[in-house]
Amino acid sequence: MPNHTLPEENISSKSLRKKSLIAFLILFAFLATAWYIFNYIKKQPEVAGTPKPLRKALNLNEKVFSSLFDSSKLVKEYPISEAAKKVRVNGKDGLKDSISEQSWRLKVVRNTGDTFSVSLEEIKRLPKKEIVFDFKCIEGWSQVSHWAGVPLQTFIEHYNLQPQSKMKYVGLQTPDKGYYVGIDMPSALHQQTLLCYEMNGKPLPLNQGYPLRLIIPVKYGIKHLKRIGTMFFSNEKPPDFWAERGYDYYAGH
Amino acid sequence: MPGIKRIVHKHPLAIRWFHWINFPVLACMIWSGMLIYWANDVYKISWGSTVLFKFFPQGFYKSLHIPFRLAEGMNWHFALIWVFAINGLLYVLFTIFSGQWRLLLPNRHSIKEAWLVLLHDLHIRKTAPPAVKYNAAQRIAYSAIIIMGIGSLLTGIAIYKPVQFSTITWICGGYETARAIHFILTIGYVLFFLVHIIQVVKTGWNNFQAMVTGFEILPPSKKTDNA
Repeated sequence: MPNHTLPEENISSKSLRKKSLIAFLILFAFLATAWYIFNYIKKQPEVAGTPKPLRKALNLNEKVFSSLFDSSKLVKEYPISEAAKKVRVNGKDGLKDSISEQSWRLKVVRNTGDTFSVSLEEIKRLPKKEIVFDFKCIEGWSQVSHWAGVPLQTFIEHYNLQPQSKMKYVGLQTPDKGYYVGIDMPSALHQQTLLCYEMNGKPLPLNQGYPLRLIIPVKYGIKHLKRIGTMFFSNEKPPDFWAERGYDYYAGH
Repeated sequence: MPGIKRIVHKHPLAIRWFHWINFPVLACMIWSGMLIYWANDVYKISWGSTVLFKFFPQGFYKSLHIPFRLAEGMNWHFALIWVFAINGLLYVLFTIFSGQWRLLLPNRHSIKEAWLVLLHDLHIRKTAPPAVKYNAAQRIAYSAIIIMGIGSLLTGIAIYKPVQFSTITWICGGYETARAIHFILTIGYVLFFLVHIIQVVKTGWNNFQAMVTGFEILPPSKKTDNA
């Protein structure tokens, strides 16, 4: 026989009824409150496409996980043989205009009114880094793919942007400003973050962001902006296309 | 004695709170999880090249208003995960430190006894083995659900932050495997819930109300000493 029994007690029918009633009232009150809170949150005014309390929760998560961010932790890399030949294309925002390498320049804003331009040739002369990693979409799919370009960190050092890199965020925009992202500086300076001009050993296809795109393996695909037009630095969160449409701003791994 | 009832204290107040907090929170986690899963709904049961069941049919999505709500799903999921995780952690800690684990965890007789419970529940055997709070089948089921909860938490972390928690992702068999396990565990909760409801309805009011009031009322004929 089990050596434990449950405690028993004699109780008057009246006090039994009272205890049961109170317990059930508390349960109903609790479940009704939970239902009320759920609907209350859904009805709250939206901040950047999601009810304010949920946006607050995302910002709290961002605080927690950006403080845990360890830039020495690297995204797993794969052999080139495992990279997909047919690379998934998931978005066309910001790619509507035509583009030519001759006229394209990366505009870098040092400070307001202090801008310089860099051509693709100049970017290609900087040390090149290749990466084969599991590209992860916020939708839930992932694909091992092969990219090459200059680490953003190297670019920043080469163009003496160290003072700017002390700021909190990097902002990137497509030339038509149809797509834009904000990246926290620790993720931007991560050694696997690339200004990327090659996919599978060839120049980027148009639908993959020719001539230059961001590859930032510590973030979801929504942050890997295609066809970079402008780069700027800020202590405020730069505007972010998907974060204005209800998604998490941080979107980091 | 007329007007006097004998009761047995079954569920401590803390466990009742953990149970009833978990109910709406887990429901919301499963709902928001479906909003997320819809965006890449790749899982199906196949026999050879024949798809037997696709998770999920379009009609199912439509009737529950699931399509095109990925962001909303993620935001609820990553807000409520804190409540789910903290409530679950407190439940486990309470179970350990209150000694309730003795009434919960399976022991060396549980496998054999659970079989006898099953035969009894299927009306093949007349008597069920004696039990204090939970019978052997319940001990196995209610312990398994804790393991499943821990599994959901770990596989969830594995797909939420696969770089910062790369070790957890590796333990879970990688990013895609972790997502698949996370999904299977959720299906497991739904099946658990269905069996749980059927069993609670079958067992009757006295048992059910004990999860609200804490006590069960003993039948008048029952001797006061069940030691």
